[in-house]
Amino acid sequence: MASTSAATPLKNKRKFENGKKKPKTLKDEFGEKLDIKPVIVPPKPADEYDYDSSDEEDLRNTIGNIPIKWYDDEDHIGYDKFGEKIAKPAKKGEIETFLEKMEDPDYWRKVFDKQTGTDVKLTDEQIEKIHNIATGKYPTIGYNPYEPFLDIFSSQKEIHPIDNRPEPKSRFIPSKDEMRMVSRMVHAIKMGWAKGPRAKKEEHKSYDLWASEDALDNVTKSQLSRMRVHMPAPKVALPTHAESYNPPEEYIFDDEERKKWEEAEKEDRVLNFMPSKYDALRKVPQYDKFITERFERCLDLYLAPRQRKMRIHADPTDLLPDLPNPNDLRPFPTTLAFYMRGHTGQVRAITVEPERGELLASGGEDGTVRIWMIATGRCIKTFQMDGEVTSVSFSPVADRTLLAVAYEGKYVAILNTGCGDRLHVQQTEALLAETPTDAQEDGAVVTWRKSKEKLMLKMPNEVRQVTWHSKGDYFASVAIDDIAKSVYVHQLSKAKSQCPFQKRKGHVQAVTFHPTQARLFVATKIHVREYDLARCVLVKKLITGCKHISTMATDANGENLFLGGLDRRFCWMDLQMGNKPWKKLKHHTAAVRSVAYHKKYPLLATVSDDGTAMVYYARIYTDFVKDNELYPVKRLRAHEKTPNDLCMLHTTWHPTQPWLITAGADGTIALFTY
Amino acid sequence: MKDRFKQKYTAGAAVAYMSRKQALKKLQLTLKDFRRLCIIKGIYPHEPAHKKQANKGSTANKVFYYRKDINFLAHEPIINKFRDYKVFLRKLNHLKAKKEEDKLKKLYENKPVYSLDTIVKERFPTFGSALRDMDDALSLCFTFAMLPHTRVLKEGMIDSCRKLTAEFMHYVIESQSLRNTFISIKGIYYQAEVHGEKITWVVPHERGLPHVTDVDFTVLVTFVEFYIAMLGFVNFKLYQDIGLFYPPQIGQVVKTDEMETEEYKEKVYSLAKPLAKRKDVEQAEDDEPLDLLGEDSDALAQKVREAKSIKTMFKGCVFYLNRECPKEALTFIIRNGGGIVGWEGGPTDLKADSKNISHHVVDRPMDKLEVNRLYVQPQWVFDCLNARRKLPTERYMPGVALPPHFSPFTSEKAGDYIPFERLEELRSMGKDVSDLEAAIPKTMDELPMRRKEVKPEKPKGIHIAVGQMHKKSKEKFHETVEKGQELKMRELMISKKHQRVYHSMKTTFKRNRNDALKLKKKAKLAKATEA
Repeated sequence: MASTSAATPLKNKRKFENGKKKPKTLKDEFGEKLDIKPVIVPPKPADEYDYDSSDEEDLRNTIGNIPIKWYDDEDHIGYDKFGEKIAKPAKKGEIETFLEKMEDPDYWRKVFDKQTGTDVKLTDEQIEKIHNIATGKYPTIGYNPYEPFLDIFSSQKEIHPIDNRPEPKSRFIPSKDEMRMVSRMVHAIKMGWAKGPRAKKEEHKSYDLWASEDALDNVTKSQLSRMRVHMPAPKVALPTHAESYNPPEEYIFDDEERKKWEEAEKEDRVLNFMPSKYDALRKVPQYDKFITERFERCLDLYLAPRQRKMRIHADPTDLLPDLPNPNDLRPFPTTLAFYMRGHTGQVRAITVEPERGELLASGGEDGTVRIWMIATGRCIKTFQMDGEVTSVSFSPVADRTLLAVAYEGKYVAILNTGCGDRLHVQQTEALLAETPTDAQEDGAVVTWRKSKEKLMLKMPNEVRQVTWHSKGDYFASVAIDDIAKSVYVHQLSKAKSQCPFQKRKGHVQAVTFHPTQARLFVATKIHVREYDLARCVLVKKLITGCKHISTMATDANGENLFLGGLDRRFCWMDLQMGNKPWKKLKHHTAAVRSVAYHKKYPLLATVSDDGTAMVYYARIYTDFVKDNELYPVKRLRAHEKTPNDLCMLHTTWHPTQPWLITAGADGTIALFTY
Repeated sequence: MKDRFKQKYTAGAAVAYMSRKQALKKLQLTLKDFRRLCIIKGIYPHEPAHKKQANKGSTANKVFYYRKDINFLAHEPIINKFRDYKVFLRKLNHLKAKKEEDKLKKLYENKPVYSLDTIVKERFPTFGSALRDMDDALSLCFTFAMLPHTRVLKEGMIDSCRKLTAEFMHYVIESQSLRNTFISIKGIYYQAEVHGEKITWVVPHERGLPHVTDVDFTVLVTFVEFYIAMLGFVNFKLYQDIGLFYPPQIGQVVKTDEMETEEYKEKVYSLAKPLAKRKDVEQAEDDEPLDLLGEDSDALAQKVREAKSIKTMFKGCVFYLNRECPKEALTFIIRNGGGIVGWEGGPTDLKADSKNISHHVVDRPMDKLEVNRLYVQPQWVFDCLNARRKLPTERYMPGVALPPHFSPFTSEKAGDYIPFERLEELRSMGKDVSDLEAAIPKTMDELPMRRKEVKPEKPKGIHIAVGQMHKKSKEKFHETVEKGQELKMRELMISKKHQRVYHSMKTTFKRNRNDALKLKKKAKLAKATEA
């Protein structure tokens, strides 16, 4: 009996691990296929047996395409054709299913029909059909796919042709199309539109390209100009000894050189290869950068811009100026004679007795002023001041033993040294006694006070420098502060002080009197002004080129000015040649602290914090035919640097001998002789 | 009203120079074709003196060409060949895609080619200017002669390089103009004097060149194309001047079909046999300038003597080369010196056991030695040429540590470091080395040392000692110090204009001195270690 509906097993049915699992899977699939088969079954009314099974008709479900699982919660599974409910069959237990599987030999044929709720038993024909479908064979049983081939045409050979038409004439004559094509080609060649087959290529032959080299008649003007402006590429550098395959041992890199060579950039290497040594020519390997170097040369030939450069092929000695022999410019100091020790701390200022030059006065950071014998280097007198000494200056009058001292605490003292000629000492004592310090005006800024053997001036500000006029009656002082009234001019004979300036023109660094005329040089940081004291006018403003002037000195005639700056520069101002320096030098490596010019010899000295004193031969010519001369002749070294990088603080020349005296920050005074 | 102000960048450097982009636009070429054109025509960029003006106010880093050069390129007929080649490539691709074999073959037969004869003439109007550019041409052709064939390097090109370089070497041998040679780790350098011009080239060692990846071979191929054309003409001219056949021949005049055989070509290009001379050219005898030989100090007489000694250096000697020696290099030098060369399987039919052999060049240990011949290593041949005479062979025997091999191209100056063996070489060549020897900088232990005085310990307190007379120092140290001080004073007064130049020269001098001192120190250390 054919099944009329497909069925799938219940979900709650367990699958036991046995040999029948695979056929069961086939049945599931087969069950799906069985649904199509009944469509082609012959109609039922023709089969009497089918009609007699009335119990089968009773179980037919009429719910249509509604999924059967919607009736899981109901007691029935559908309705029959009469509208009555079809009861759900009783569920089999697990034990009952197991027993049925073991005992029933047809259990593997049975497929559960969910639509009717009963098991359907498959026939042998149905099983065979399912097997064919599963193995890819034809579902129709007994179908033979290899029927014998029946040809359309007969294989029998006939003596008569199938088509009896005769051959056309065009098969026996040349083609008209080809003839037309060839005619068109011939016509194109005749008209010159196309070329015939090219002749065989001639072998390239060399000939004498420069046979007519000597005859330049056929060379055009542009060709001549191209020849003229052509710049050939520079040649490749030729190899050196280091490039040899068997170089001397010293050309081979040691470990340090090899490491440096490997770490350096390729462009920064002096050699572009590593020197190697081989003991036989057959062991030399191929250079692996050979083609690369040839390629780089080709790139240079057509990509590198070219330029014509003028090169100096001069000996370095030709660039140096010719100086006279230093031995011809003697005498100048060359040797450190001795040190004068006694000060503790910096020696800030030194001054030498005029005209005789036997005594040296020095002021230091320790607040003492010492008088030394230059010939023996012995300290013969010490004055104790109440503050640190900043400046000392001997009076330029030789008959007096006066010393001007500026020290901190806003004081300027005029001392009688008490050394030297006894007659001069007595004259100086009488001069100090006659100073009219009592007749001062009320409200004066500077207070003059007389003490035993010295005068005391109370200044409104700290004093940096004190300097004498050449006549010995006037002296000037400069304050450290940057104010308008930093410069004071004092008169000794009248015990009077006055301020010549009312406005501030800059931070005044140094002042000095003209040696012969009533003029005053005032140096600010970057300018020097010359004032006429008689007419109270500004005579000249000098542009120095220094950034910070630290010291100033004049020559004996007052026509030249020497300036030293903290920016290591030295300026020589020739006052007869405009307001710009005649010579600017930069021979020191630290700040210039002092400049001194000799009164008798043409010697100039500059001292600096770099521990050296430069001695120059500086000849001054008063006529305009000859130019001034300046030659460095000696660099003297002395003193030791202090932790704050100060070394030489002051210098001065001996008035009659070519001796240089320098004051150091280490507390010593050095004397240089020749 | 007339325009008073001239517009900017309409005169001067702004119009005399042209950037590469403008050049490409004017010539209507691609960058590759422009580069090929520049290589062939020898056009190079120029550095303008007024770069900002040439760049029309901008300071960007640009490459500038002369406008006249670009106009010169615009009139070159070879540009049309480049454009025809572009059309040819387009047709080629078209026919390849359509698989039309017969049309493809026809198109290949009509491939556009160009001739470089006129370009060689334009670039080198005189023969001397061509000889001046032979360094790069020879070095590159010798490199290509050693390369294998690839897709970029065509077979014909490499064969042409081999042929032309061998022909040039033949000319140098026949004219005996090889002057210097040097074995370096990069290759073998040669220097020849041809028509008064010194030509120096480098040949790689006879081993396979390695494969390189960062080299654009199309650039090299363009250069080699030009150099092949140039070398052909130069070789023809050189051969004609000394009466040789071109292409070269050996022995008697042979037929044309026999010249094409491989065996004959191998004989010609092995450099071992002399070339045939034309009969119509009279023999130019070497008349010696007798009046010049007397003056020893003249440079010209020195040169003539050197050339004569090179020509007759190996006269009457028969050399047999072992198979591991570089045959081409040794043959080149030996035949330049007038000797006879042979090797196993060579064209001169010289057997290893022949009694005529006077020198046997070996480069590996030998177990059997003949008593009537001299055994030398290959460096002996090179050093003989550089020394202009036959050196003693004791230091060059097989198994002996060779003396150092020096570069003949180094021009020794006073102040340079010169190795001791090099000084000996120069002295034996007859040069005055006393100045060079005296100027070698001295190391610290060679300078005269100042004797240190041991000062006695000063006792504390006041101490009175006997005074000593001051003695003026008469040592050389004092003079050196004084001279140095004088130099320092002169340096202080140098003018600001010359200061930079002077210090630059001093820096160079100091660096050279330091290099020389370092080498000398290492030489002393090596000698001390060896002892």
